[in-house]
Amino acid sequence: MTTKKTKWGAMTAVGVLVIAFGWLIYGGLDSNVVYFLTPKELLAKGADGYDKPMRLGGQVKPGSVVWDEQKLDLRFAVTDGTGEVVVHSKGAPPQMFKDGQGVVVEGRYGPDGVFKSTSVMVKHSNEYKAPAKGERPSDMYKSLMKSPAT
Amino acid sequence: MFPAHPNQFGPPKPAPAWLGWLAFLFFVFAQVFSVVTSPADAMMGHLQKNMYVHVPAAWVAFGAFGVVLVASLYFLWRDDERADLLAASSAEVGSLFCGLTLVLGMLWGRPTWGVWWSWDARLTTTLVLFLIFVGYLALRSFVEDPHRRGQWSAAVGILGAINVPIVWMSVQWWRTLHQIQSNPRGLSPVYLRGLLLNVAAFTLLTIWFIWRRYEAARYERAAEHAAQAAALGGYNA
Repeated sequence: MTTKKTKWGAMTAVGVLVIAFGWLIYGGLDSNVVYFLTPKELLAKGADGYDKPMRLGGQVKPGSVVWDEQKLDLRFAVTDGTGEVVVHSKGAPPQMFKDGQGVVVEGRYGPDGVFKSTSVMVKHSNEYKAPAKGERPSDMYKSLMKSPAT
Repeated sequence: MFPAHPNQFGPPKPAPAWLGWLAFLFFVFAQVFSVVTSPADAMMGHLQKNMYVHVPAAWVAFGAFGVVLVASLYFLWRDDERADLLAASSAEVGSLFCGLTLVLGMLWGRPTWGVWWSWDARLTTTLVLFLIFVGYLALRSFVEDPHRRGQWSAAVGILGAINVPIVWMSVQWWRTLHQIQSNPRGLSPVYLRGLLLNVAAFTLLTIWFIWRRYEAARYERAAEHAAQAAALGGYNA
């Protein structure tokens, strides 16, 4: 039988769960969930930042990309405007990878000052624009992968 | 306890067939129209068109979970089993679209971000949202007593719906791989038009699905009551 008592009991239980869940999300997670470090934050760690699995995020420093098509060897710098970290990665980056593009890389930062990356991810903007007149998206794709060394 | 007679509320109002046809035809129109009229995006080319399914699927899933929240609260307040059935129907449809959101997002993420999945806050909270409602549906099938089932699932449904604003705000609160919400001004008008058309189409489909599911749920419940009553020696109506 449903009495007033059990009904209020259920509602109280729900209330407690809601508060607990909210507290967990706002209080507990907010300070702990850092998906990636910026170059500035990584450099500030000094030796503490070495050889730990982590993600580094920022923008590809324009002009820093060196791509060796034969060896599938990619080097570039990630910058946040203040600090920058050199990243070394094997394998082709995602199609949208290019100068100035937002990226998140996974890997380890070494004492040699190079971030050895196992995965390069593109973080794109929230804007979607049709190309201007005369521009073709297919051409833009190709230009993304041009190696600046040549 | 519910009065156990199956016809306590009379038969449910059937979802009109024209609404189903309208939803289906409008959906086909919105998809075709938006795909045909959209030029390739300057950055990601034709991959932009995933916006016409991934984003509407996410929004209607959020909306369906909102219905779960309201119906669950109403059930706890008024003990009306119809509210429980509406919550269950919405949870089912919401889970479908939440699952679609995840899959379509993965299909979008692989060619643009370079990965199918990453444990950033947006993706993780969306997966948690999905799992809560899968748990909600599983819970319902485990609890025999309809009234207790209603109370327990209402608690889970409310808790799950609270995750919706967290999913929504996750890209603002935490650093994520997922970009933040697009601003209408950040979209070319042709993309915005396609998106809004498809949001309308998905919304119609969602209403149709929930209504149909609710109708079925009412008959299921009537059968459940009838079986219970038969086991206890029949009705004295």
